[in-house]
Amino acid sequence: MSSESKPSGWQLIALLAPAVLVLLVLFGGGLAYSILQSLGWQPLIGQYRLSLDAYTSLLFSREYAEVFWSGLAFSLWISAASTLISTVLAVIVALLIYHTVRGTRLWTFLFQFNLPVPHLVAGVGMLFLLSQSGLLSRGTAALGLTHTPSDFPVLVRDTNGIGIIIAYVWKETPFIGIILLGVLRSISDSYDITARNLGANFWQRFRYIILPLITPSLLSASLIVFAFTFGAYEIPALVGVRFPRALPVTALRLFTDADLNARPQAMALSILIALIISLVIGVYLWLRGMAERLN
Amino acid sequence: MAERHGRTPKLKTIMPYAALGLIGLVLTAPLIAFLLNAFARQWFFPQLLPETWTFDAWGRLFSAGSEFTQALGNSTLIATVVALISLMLGLPAARALGLYRFRGKRLLEFLLLLPAVVPPLAVSMGLTVNFLRWGLTGNWIGVAVAHLVPVLPYVVLVLSGTFATYDISHEQQARTLGAKPLAVFLYITLPMIFPGVVVAGLFAFLISWSQYLLTLLVGSGRVITLPILLFSSASGSNNTTIAVQALMFTAPTLLLLIFTSRVLARNALTGLVRL
Repeated sequence: MSSESKPSGWQLIALLAPAVLVLLVLFGGGLAYSILQSLGWQPLIGQYRLSLDAYTSLLFSREYAEVFWSGLAFSLWISAASTLISTVLAVIVALLIYHTVRGTRLWTFLFQFNLPVPHLVAGVGMLFLLSQSGLLSRGTAALGLTHTPSDFPVLVRDTNGIGIIIAYVWKETPFIGIILLGVLRSISDSYDITARNLGANFWQRFRYIILPLITPSLLSASLIVFAFTFGAYEIPALVGVRFPRALPVTALRLFTDADLNARPQAMALSILIALIISLVIGVYLWLRGMAERLN
Repeated sequence: MAERHGRTPKLKTIMPYAALGLIGLVLTAPLIAFLLNAFARQWFFPQLLPETWTFDAWGRLFSAGSEFTQALGNSTLIATVVALISLMLGLPAARALGLYRFRGKRLLEFLLLLPAVVPPLAVSMGLTVNFLRWGLTGNWIGVAVAHLVPVLPYVVLVLSGTFATYDISHEQQARTLGAKPLAVFLYITLPMIFPGVVVAGLFAFLISWSQYLLTLLVGSGRVITLPILLFSSASGSNNTTIAVQALMFTAPTLLLLIFTSRVLARNALTGLVRL
């Protein structure tokens, strides 16, 4: 249909230019300025020489190294744990919903329920549910398991990031699960029925039929979750503690610091977060390429 | 799963539903906690439910000129403006991407995905310093412009999906019959792509509505939207206030899910992870 009225190059440019220019200035300009400032470029104070000083001071100086490395370990732990737990739970729930006979639409709707809920609300919700005088603590008290608020374990604003991980699992499990459910519904029943007729049990059918078919979508959904949780600010800021502190929270604190000298470090830290995410995505793409060549 | 554990056929059929019921409860639990807190007057520790109930917090928050009503107004204004501008900028680009093949199209689609992959902090900081020089910090216009970064790529991608199944020959017929460009757009193009435009517009509203970080930095504490107010309340105010704010902040997003759960395309969902 497009061949009938192929637009000229100028017409295409006119259609694309407004959106592309706006994004180029806002997104490209913002990212470029972050990178430049992370390299020490500060025209406001007449500083034009580019260097890696901010990066080396983050990684090695007495002032920042401890905050950086502990924050890196903490952020990796939060993201890895949240992603792994959400992925496993999402597979289980998607299979449960896929195999329901009655009420499938109701379950799907319930499962989608928290998708549009902002992460900020998820964080506040966890404070309400899991704090020592929260709803769950009242529940365990009603059951006679605990007697005072302090009997209940510290699950939010804890040093291990448990509250942060629970908040992310609550939010991301349905995200991965709904994508999986779409994939499961597009797979033909015939493989499953054939395997069943040949005597394969549930575990064998899952391991050799379902899992290979859902793996590509599962991996990309999990990767999106990892990348998001590693760079996100709201939940660790609300549900976390002062030490250890997730990297994005430290980056924003450095940026809003009254002392403008910390600004290159703030920018460098946010660029490092982006680089680490790119590295993880790069390794994933490389491994996927290797796997495809092997098959 | 249940097939292995079930000892009797009856248990085997009930188990999955019990598990799903429990998951449904976990997923709705924060909402339940907000609802209980929002109407609680006295709720001392071991009590599972509030002892006495009240609408006080609602009256207090919704009183004219309160910080909360101002935040509600700011959020609505900014999200509406962002949705309209992103549709105006996004429609032409989506048309080019959805209808035509041209050199550099794959590169452009990749570039449109970047704002969804690059962590928001790395862009927001540089953007804020740029906006500081252009006088766009500390006012709602600057905040609305900044929101285009997460919103616009999303709108273009959703709408280009709509244009991919669009039949351009109707436009040519109208033109042959003498219709002017504006008439072609209003009476032919718009009605045909209307469902896509509504979905893209609603999600654009929602993404802007949920922005915290960009608003905080570009607004530099002077543009108070609902997420800004909720975040500061969460580390100080009483539970009733926090609960009402959280409910009002979440309400439009849930309404949207109910309206769009049927047309929710898979590409629409990937945008939601960033709310």
